[in-house]
Amino acid sequence: MDSPPIVISASPHVHSDRTAKRIMYDVVIALVPAFLVSVYVFGIHALIATTAAVGSCLLFEYLIQKYFLRTEVTILDGSALITGILLAFNLPATLPVWMIIVGSLVAVGIAKLSFGGLGYNVFNPALVGRVFLLICFPVQMTLWPTPVENNTSLVDAISGATTLGIIKDGLQIGETMGTISAQLPSNMNMLLGITGGSLGEMSALALLLGGLYLIIRKVISWHIPVTVLATMAVMTGIFWWADPTQYVSPIIHLLAGGAILGAFYMATDLVTSPVTKKGMVVFAIGIGLITVVIRLFGSYPEGISFAILIMNAFVPLINKFFKPRRFGSKIKATIV
Amino acid sequence: MLKTFPKGGIHPPENKLTSSNSIKRMPVPKVVYVPIAQHIGIPSEIVVDRKDKVELGQVIAKSGGFVSSNIHSPVAGTVTKLDMIVDSSGYKKQCIVIRTDVKNETNFEEIDYPLKKEITLEPQEIVRRISDYGIVGLGGATFPSHVKLNVKEDKKLDCLLVNGVECEPYLTADHRLMLEKAEEILVGIRILMKALHLHRAVIGIENNKRDAIEVFKKLTADEKEIQVAALRVKYPQGSEKQLVKAILKREVPKNGLPLDVGVVVHNVGTIFAIYQAIQHQQPLIERVVTVTGKQLKEPSNFWVKIGTPIKDLVEEVGGLPEGTRKIVNGGPMMGKAIKNTDVPVTKGTSGILVIHEDEASRGEPKACIRCGDCVDVCPMGLEPHLLMNLSEKGLYEKAAQEDILTCIECGSCSYVCPSHRPLLDYIRFGKSIAKKMVTSKN
Ligand code: SF4
Ligand code: SF4
Repeated sequence: MDSPPIVISASPHVHSDRTAKRIMYDVVIALVPAFLVSVYVFGIHALIATTAAVGSCLLFEYLIQKYFLRTEVTILDGSALITGILLAFNLPATLPVWMIIVGSLVAVGIAKLSFGGLGYNVFNPALVGRVFLLICFPVQMTLWPTPVENNTSLVDAISGATTLGIIKDGLQIGETMGTISAQLPSNMNMLLGITGGSLGEMSALALLLGGLYLIIRKVISWHIPVTVLATMAVMTGIFWWADPTQYVSPIIHLLAGGAILGAFYMATDLVTSPVTKKGMVVFAIGIGLITVVIRLFGSYPEGISFAILIMNAFVPLINKFFKPRRFGSKIKATIV
Repeated sequence: MLKTFPKGGIHPPENKLTSSNSIKRMPVPKVVYVPIAQHIGIPSEIVVDRKDKVELGQVIAKSGGFVSSNIHSPVAGTVTKLDMIVDSSGYKKQCIVIRTDVKNETNFEEIDYPLKKEITLEPQEIVRRISDYGIVGLGGATFPSHVKLNVKEDKKLDCLLVNGVECEPYLTADHRLMLEKAEEILVGIRILMKALHLHRAVIGIENNKRDAIEVFKKLTADEKEIQVAALRVKYPQGSEKQLVKAILKREVPKNGLPLDVGVVVHNVGTIFAIYQAIQHQQPLIERVVTVTGKQLKEPSNFWVKIGTPIKDLVEEVGGLPEGTRKIVNGGPMMGKAIKNTDVPVTKGTSGILVIHEDEASRGEPKACIRCGDCVDVCPMGLEPHLLMNLSEKGLYEKAAQEDILTCIECGSCSYVCPSHRPLLDYIRFGKSIAKKMVTSKN
């Protein structure tokens, strides 16, 4: 009998079947419910925007890797797909397609590939794309379509305002909280997704459902989302408790805007968040604080994108300071 | 609540295919190949020559120093060669080749002795005999056992931990031994307690071996000094530091030994060998080996003479199946892949695992996605992704500052990495260089 080809390799000789690819596709699965809600709310616009973002992210990754960097093409690893979906989720549904394409180029080309590709990027690519668009096209980027009646129509939806926008504008022109509150969507509508805002942040419920899936599948741990939301709740709660005529309740803050989308899907991006649980908590507290500061005192109504990007920059530092405790490093003389 | 160590650890599929197969005796091999470096420390010195006739159990290589061990002839026969052969490390090692004398009855005598409970030897005599009879740690580390029993005056010992964890997937040698030789093991524990003047011993067994836990619980029901601790199943609980933490909640200091927290740990296989040596004058010339793999016809547990070629074991279970890609000496997490089955069984061989090509290949390594999984599972609180990175870049001094030397090479990090990074490969390499740098500095 011929001896079979025997291979030699170092231990371990078995491997868990969890792969990076599966993690990425789990994130995609988790985003499906929110996507369906956005299609229900914004109709064909949601489809067009998402397709444009995903398509151009994949295409740019392919072109840049194949012809520019001449490296291995990795468009099937799922990460460009996620960047595309998340970028679309952070845009107004009716944003012109060419702007979406510009945003995708910035996200994939600058934020991801110029840093060395997946694993080396410091900032969340989708957020860099979004913030770039917000700075370049502030008008279009804050033109929020209201949910359409006939959701297959291609006509521009009427521009409504976001919940946080209504509050900020109202306070600026000196309205009282009482009159502002009357203009706000009900908490129930925000939970289900019948409100103005960017494409993917519609339904808190759908986003939470996907977030729960990610936690159950162990793609993310609870530390970042829970800490971000808890920090925001505590902070906005203090202000609301101190002066309810000037500040809205924490519940509105958590349900409105991109809080849940950011906490569960953007801040938890593996590459751009800390590696230890301690580090994650610190990172998340930072995001919560900065978000609240921008929302309450900044000139933008929403600040979670900025908050995440700022904290992304601190991740290398956090990783350095919040190391796991080395086994045996603190010797307690506990001879029982 | 079952006890376990708090930080890190993984749950690979257990695949204990042979846990209900009693230990069978391998036929005496025609030729044995006995390497002289079977233990950690200084290799032994050969004291026989070509054409010498040797008796069963005769010393054929003498301990080369304090951290070393005697080696005894596993058979009665004739030394045919002193040769260099490839052992499980992959390197050529000096080795004594002995042809079994088929006419010598001592080779075929029954070695199952009746239980002998009374311990007559005095402590110093026990330690001396453990040293003389070539006992080394049989859990895989092969550390000469008498070294652990020579406790300096300034160390206060108060507990013996008996390692019956067998946390490696597939392996069942210790499990079977605990079921079949429980009373002997208890006598062995008594022997060690006497040698170390101890009044407390705890047997740690993972909860996937309920039957063994029951057996020992029943046997120790009236014992005040010996307890049984049922442990939650978690790899690498069999590692000494993790076991001490799990059972006694004591943490062995960074560069220390269990001794520093008043504990000595011995594996159940070692303890049985000690029983045999003290009560029946039998040196360490055989051990239990699990021969296993999903495609094997008859995965089994065997009593095997040291020096038996692995080939013989594989033949005994029906030969290498079609499509075999890897043969591992030991378990899947920490065992060593060997090139062919000519390699002999040594004192440290706890199992032979045959892996099929479907399971043998490693995934293509991809970029680190900083998921932190390796950090989460590292039982030593290290950052494997960082250590690999530093080793890759040649920053060994930095790696030493990041405690690379405390890595126990359990492989949990490589096991979980979703990007299939060969973390432990690089860490092992970085560790070996960092170690040299540290020792040359001192
Ligand atoms: S770094 Fe070492 S101790 Fe930590 S998981 Fe990897 S092999 Fe185990
Ligand atoms: S498990 Fe792998 S991918 Fe995750 S941080 Fe460690 S090395 Fe990187």
